[in-house]
Amino acid sequence: MSDRRSNIIPHIDWFTIGIYLCIVFIGWINIYSAVLNPVHPSIFDFSQRYGKQFVWIITGFVMAFLIMVSDASFFSVFAYPLYGIFVFADLAVRFIGRNIAGSHSWFRIGEIGIQPAELGIFAINLGLAKYLSNEKKTDVKKIRMIAAVMVIFPMLLIVIQNETGVAVTYTAFIFVLYREGLSGNILLGGFMLITLFILALVGSKLVISIVLISLALIAFLIFTSRKVKDLSKVGGILALCLAIVFGTDYGFNHLEPHQKKRIQVFLQQNVNNSKEGYNLHQAEIAIASGGTVGKGYLQGTQAKLNYVPAHATDFIFVTPCEEWGFVGATFIVILYFILIIRLIFLAERQRSPFSRIYGYGVASIFFIHVAINVGMNLGLVPVIGIPLPFISYGGSSFWAFTLLMFIFLRLDADRLQILR
Amino acid sequence: MNSLFADRKYIIGGIFLVACIAFIIRMFYMQVIDETLKLDASNETFRHITQYPPRGCIYDRKGRLLVTNEAAYDILVTPSLVKDFDTDSFCSDLGITKADFISGIKKATIQNTAYHASVFMKEVTPEIYAAFQEKLYKYHGFTSQVRTVRRYPMKVAPHILGYIGEVNKALCDRNPNYKEGDYIGISGIEESYESDLRGTKGVKIMMFDAMNKEVGDYKSGKFDTLPQTGANLTCSIDAELQEYGEQLMQNKAGSIVAIDPETGEILALVSSPSYDPNLMVGSVRGKNYVKLLHDSIDVPLFNRALMAMYPPGSTFKTIEALIGQQEGVLNENTAYNCPGAFHLGNISVGCDAKHGTLQLEKAIALSCNTYFCNVFMSIMNNKKYNSTEDAFNSWRRYVTSFGIGIRPDIDLPSALRGSLPTQNYYDKYHGRGHWKGATIISLAIGQGELGVTPLQMANQAAIIGNRGYYYLPHIIKSIGDKPTIKKYATKHFVPIDAKYFDIVADGMCDVVNDGTAAGSKIPGIIMCGKTGTAQNPNGRNNSLFIAFAPKDHPRIAVSVVIERGGWGADWAAPIASLMIEKYLNDTIRRKDIETKMMQGNTIQYLAEEKTAPKKKKGKVTEQKTATIKRHKHKDE
Repeated sequence: MSDRRSNIIPHIDWFTIGIYLCIVFIGWINIYSAVLNPVHPSIFDFSQRYGKQFVWIITGFVMAFLIMVSDASFFSVFAYPLYGIFVFADLAVRFIGRNIAGSHSWFRIGEIGIQPAELGIFAINLGLAKYLSNEKKTDVKKIRMIAAVMVIFPMLLIVIQNETGVAVTYTAFIFVLYREGLSGNILLGGFMLITLFILALVGSKLVISIVLISLALIAFLIFTSRKVKDLSKVGGILALCLAIVFGTDYGFNHLEPHQKKRIQVFLQQNVNNSKEGYNLHQAEIAIASGGTVGKGYLQGTQAKLNYVPAHATDFIFVTPCEEWGFVGATFIVILYFILIIRLIFLAERQRSPFSRIYGYGVASIFFIHVAINVGMNLGLVPVIGIPLPFISYGGSSFWAFTLLMFIFLRLDADRLQILR
Repeated sequence: MNSLFADRKYIIGGIFLVACIAFIIRMFYMQVIDETLKLDASNETFRHITQYPPRGCIYDRKGRLLVTNEAAYDILVTPSLVKDFDTDSFCSDLGITKADFISGIKKATIQNTAYHASVFMKEVTPEIYAAFQEKLYKYHGFTSQVRTVRRYPMKVAPHILGYIGEVNKALCDRNPNYKEGDYIGISGIEESYESDLRGTKGVKIMMFDAMNKEVGDYKSGKFDTLPQTGANLTCSIDAELQEYGEQLMQNKAGSIVAIDPETGEILALVSSPSYDPNLMVGSVRGKNYVKLLHDSIDVPLFNRALMAMYPPGSTFKTIEALIGQQEGVLNENTAYNCPGAFHLGNISVGCDAKHGTLQLEKAIALSCNTYFCNVFMSIMNNKKYNSTEDAFNSWRRYVTSFGIGIRPDIDLPSALRGSLPTQNYYDKYHGRGHWKGATIISLAIGQGELGVTPLQMANQAAIIGNRGYYYLPHIIKSIGDKPTIKKYATKHFVPIDAKYFDIVADGMCDVVNDGTAAGSKIPGIIMCGKTGTAQNPNGRNNSLFIAFAPKDHPRIAVSVVIERGGWGADWAAPIASLMIEKYLNDTIRRKDIETKMMQGNTIQYLAEEKTAPKKKKGKVTEQKTATIKRHKHKDE
């Protein structure tokens, strides 16, 4: 065992770690700029968020180190127990967690808060990887069902905690399932669902219905053999689509008020005079004010002067946009893209399906976070309160992402050893 | 399984790539292309706070302060922050009613939203502010800002100095130098030297956070500009002489203009009735302005010295004498007989007395109408010219060269040109070729269509004193350290030879020695003057006098107009002599005349005239004045 441990150093993917360190460093100095308190100018001042973030980073590094020196097989062996623990934690936190602004998702242990929903995503990922890699492809339907339940059950628990934003990130697993054989139609269907939902909210339901019915007719007449079987298939899809279109209002009206607002703001409806509209508009103004090359590090004004809400957490992306401009913001987006593509590349080179599936999970979770967070900063996605990996302020999320990624790097370093 | 769906990595990677590109395009649009959002950012974060420079001060020719600045305080309110305080004490501190308070806050809210500070009360005096300030901390939502208002320590020359007021919106839109709420000179020197007095506004860029709280300078003031104080002006007025003139003009309507003939500098420019310039300052300005504006009897805002035109009457005979000589139809020995009136055809012009045969010098001294009607006729019938029209046009050119009938190029706003009829005018009125010298004979004695402003009369006196040249009358000696404006240092000549002036000066000297204004002789000073008693169809005659002194190389030229004063010698001449004595000797020896002039009240005639119903036409002829009986031959 000790031999193997000392041998893994050349097998560790230092490239990924390099990008990781880059992003972490950018994140830390960004938080410093975003919330700089002139009274406490030291970036190591622990009374300030930048000082605290430094602590989270260092402890995150320690955690990463511990993962790298641990036995890779631990994660495979304890995948189910870890999954179980966190699902249980997600359930328990609803009843014994602290109520913070209406959401019951935090355990408080002294000074430190732990959010099982956010932290536990690695365990869900492990569990799913373990299950999918173990099953032989005998009963595909059953496997799909169980895999779906393994993801949707914790998602529901999180929704009950009132952390819909975090629950949304669990949709990342759809990419994993797709990679492992889920029909592309489901992915496509998912996109269509969202598109229809938005169209129905914005446009005229009658026009959409007419377009849908004509499309169905064309599909039936041209792309099928015009049998009763085809008719029922096309008819079924059409009926589902129409149900979505006309059910939209019902569904929309049953959302939480702030969720409704966020969607309305995103769709440019009812923007005026609402807090949500103001917040988003301020973020857009701040981003735009950066221009091509930005105002210079620490020279930003909009975010720092509290025009932008949550400018150290959910809207942290505003600060680099403002201070480093289009060039700097593009650099960060590209850095993320390289990291995610690198993770996919690493996943694809795994001999063990467990490692591969887990790797895809990591890449997909990063993607969904970056896509939603950057997207909402840019006004492309409704506001959903989730962090930008490694850059947003916060110990819980920093640890969660570090844990998630380094488990995969540990598995990757072990890729030549055995088939697992 | 690995190989089975391996190609799907490209689809997943592709989806990720599309998202990445979408973000970059969106950022490119927001940050590089779209300019509108950028503007919003600086609008909300940066406030460009104007730093008002103190307006330049104005001094008189001897360095006495005429206009200075004094602090006044604007009370600002941010309506959303107003809460919990004793409104009664607030109102009594500021001297307003509770209704004022409520409407003030409403107005501020409408004007500038409840979240921004707007002016609640303007230009509170330091006395009121002192008491208010002590309790300011209790009045949540109220702040103050210092502004400067004008102060006039000597309380003189309101018409010259002018006043300032808030700039109107139309100008703000036109001129980027002004923003609403800024002050601008509205009349007098304040208006004509606005660009020198106002200085340059500075801009301080302050940053405000989302709660509209000031967070400090932007880049420690690197981009701020400092306000530059307006230039101090030295005006040519002798404040003591001006003040003396204003005292003499108490209870009289009219004006005094005194010019230094050696430079064209205006020494005094009195327009009466006047007002205390301090009335036009600060919070009381609006109220006082309306009051002064609606005073239709005194019309105190009307600057008579520059804007009122009077028939010059006999003062104009000096010019006739000069033109006649230059045209070769008159010399010092030319004699005419005065039988008490001038008769020509069906026209007759009365004279004050039967002067008998007299020559030029005496004719000026006694102001003989007959003599000057003859002079005028000889000018009009000059063989040099083919027609009366040519002769008239030549005469008119001479008159114009004295600055009569043209707008004076003076550095004060709204000086008028007066009135000098043209050939065209007579052609239209009488018909072309249907008028002769006799038709327009009233011009000979400064009546008829002639209208001359007091400034033009004073300049006329200066020209005669200088024997043929003048400098453009002006009010400013220097702007800051810069000396006088060049155009005011240029000599202007009238097309009349210097030699012809001496006989006129001699005659004017006789006027004071033993002529029409013999009572106004100044001991120790040789003053030359000419009385004028100008007819006025509405009532009593206007009393006029032009003068310069000493006779050679004069240091002061004066014109005095006393509306409804009667004879020139009654009021205008003594007042002019007192002005000259004051300026040249600094002390008045003729105390009795001084007292009489100061106590005199001629404005009562004007007031009677304005309040009484229109009088019958016959009133004019009742008066013992030179009358012109004109029979319009066209009617017959």
